[in-house]
Amino acid sequence: MSVGAAESALVEPEAVESVELVGGEIVARSPWQMFWLRFRADRVAMVSAIFIVLLILVAVFAQPIVSLIGVTGPNQPNTGALNAFGQPTGPSAAHPFGVDELGRDILARTIYGAQVSLEVAFIATGAAVLIGVVIGTTAGYFRGWVDTVLARLMDVVLAFPILLLAIGLASACSLGHGCLGGLITPGRVTLIVVIALSSWPYIGRIVRGQTLSIREKEFVEAARSLGASNTRIIRREILPNLVAPIIVYASLVLPTNVLYEAALSFLGVGVQPPTASWGQMIASASSYTSAWWYMVFPGVALMLTVLAFNLVGDGLQDALNPKTGRP
Amino acid sequence: MTTLDERVDAARFTTDEPLIRVRNLVKHFPITRGIIFQRKIGAVQAVDGISFDVKRGETLGLVGETGCGKSTTARLLVRLLDPTGGEILFEGEDIAKRKGDGLRALHREAQMIFQDPYSSLNPRKTVGSIIAEPFAIHGMLKEKGARKQRVQELMDRVGLNPEHYNRYPHEFSGGQRQRIGVARAIALEPKLLVADEPVSALDVSIQAQVLNLLRGLQRELNLTLIFIAHDLSVVRHMCDRVAVMYLGKIVEISPADSLYGFPRHPYTGALLSAVPVPNPTASHRRSRQLLSGDVPSPANPPSACRFHTRCPKAQEVCSVEEPTLEEKGGGSIAACHFPLSRDEVRREVEVTAGE
Repeated sequence: MSVGAAESALVEPEAVESVELVGGEIVARSPWQMFWLRFRADRVAMVSAIFIVLLILVAVFAQPIVSLIGVTGPNQPNTGALNAFGQPTGPSAAHPFGVDELGRDILARTIYGAQVSLEVAFIATGAAVLIGVVIGTTAGYFRGWVDTVLARLMDVVLAFPILLLAIGLASACSLGHGCLGGLITPGRVTLIVVIALSSWPYIGRIVRGQTLSIREKEFVEAARSLGASNTRIIRREILPNLVAPIIVYASLVLPTNVLYEAALSFLGVGVQPPTASWGQMIASASSYTSAWWYMVFPGVALMLTVLAFNLVGDGLQDALNPKTGRP
Repeated sequence: MTTLDERVDAARFTTDEPLIRVRNLVKHFPITRGIIFQRKIGAVQAVDGISFDVKRGETLGLVGETGCGKSTTARLLVRLLDPTGGEILFEGEDIAKRKGDGLRALHREAQMIFQDPYSSLNPRKTVGSIIAEPFAIHGMLKEKGARKQRVQELMDRVGLNPEHYNRYPHEFSGGQRQRIGVARAIALEPKLLVADEPVSALDVSIQAQVLNLLRGLQRELNLTLIFIAHDLSVVRHMCDRVAVMYLGKIVEISPADSLYGFPRHPYTGALLSAVPVPNPTASHRRSRQLLSGDVPSPANPPSACRFHTRCPKAQEVCSVEEPTLEEKGGGSIAACHFPLSRDEVRREVEVTAGE
């Protein structure tokens, strides 16, 4: 009893202080602080987030990392690394992940592949979010025929066989100087444009739905009764409430875009050789079935990346939804 | 027996010009069918030709059942909705068709307090930025620190701790949130404040505090208040005059004391009779006047007097000829062919209204 009393006497002043600091600024947790507390408690998501941060660092500092490890560069053919039959050799001290059919180091190529993968996925997702938010808020806020036109447009884009479009573009434009006077050639930019144009409706739909419900809230009416313009209401009243769903859906669209990039590169539509890309490496590896390392390492890198993004997305969704339990 | 219009036209030449003069205000919401090619297949007649005046510094109560057009009227007055027809004269100028800058100017003069203190504050903004929003919209108080100082004065005035400037709405109770809404509404020092059921979402113990705050502010800022509520005792406490609405029409508009003491329209009588009496003996003594049936659809309202389908005193003329708002003695103005008599009021209503 006495121990318990002493303990509570020790604890009490602190507890009181945390509720209200006498004379000082009262510390309030903003929604973002609450989010961070919840997210930090989610261990799987945290590990995934750390993995992604490391991956980004690896992609950004690919060159110093490759030279630090001491393997040959990603585009440096080395016939000496091939075996007597001119076939790729497996992992060794000089080439930890083995080499490909031209004797290029697979570790270096996997590291450089992260660059392409992340660059395309991030830029395409960013563009998709931008388009999706602008079109989604416009459709949801103004309603009427504007909404009808934009919502149908989203349906059309979602129904479009985008992979076929990309393959068609690639086969039509891969020869000579490309299509439309050289405007469309297979490569990074086309890849980003195709992916962004195919994935914005996912964001747009969510944003439209949320906008439809938020615009009916009384605080929007209050802003209007104060004389706020439509653009001001969208920017200052509606957008701040959309940040959470936008982050969640962007984080779920991102891994599919990583896969899209790999798929399109696999089909030869994406990044052109000799630039390393995971999808393209897997494609070339498929003709060398005995060289397991050729396919496994870029494949594992791709899988881990997509998995990590998905897990972070799930974690964000839980942490941004106040209805899930507090830490 | 003069009609309201005539009385008001006579008053137009006196010096005591009302702040607001509403004439035949109409709001119909179209009912449409079809997605791209929309056809109008009818209209909800939310407000269907109402007229009233509000004097400067006066409090006008607006009461009636759910769906009678109270809130629509409120939103029309601050022009959150565009009227289908009629005039709203604000200081003598018709604001019913204002757009753009003219409308923005009106928004500095006429403000609104909303019903739900939970959805009327943006959860992603701090209290400080919510109350400062009117200044930001109208580009006022641009000097550094001026806005914060003014916001903190406002917070202090409505009974909030100015230190809580950086807090978010979810950290406040319902009553405090409604105070934030009041601070935002009076920030621009409007002439007219429209309160749409400002206390009906609050605990009874908190209601009185917010009501007294509103009365204090009204006196201090010489506000004209339009107060909407369905709690009749709250309305009596707050209002100088009360307008009773039924299905988009004003059926009675009288000084509060006459309305509660001697209601003339049978619908007003029925409303007052429905107020619970916190006294079992008294409540046994009276025979409550119960209305049968539901409120008819405002998309297809009854002919002539809209109350005739449920009115205990209705006769044939009620479904043929629409009664106009007329003086019925004692300052009461009601739209009824057969207003209640003293006897009827005593029998069915007075026990409630007397206290």
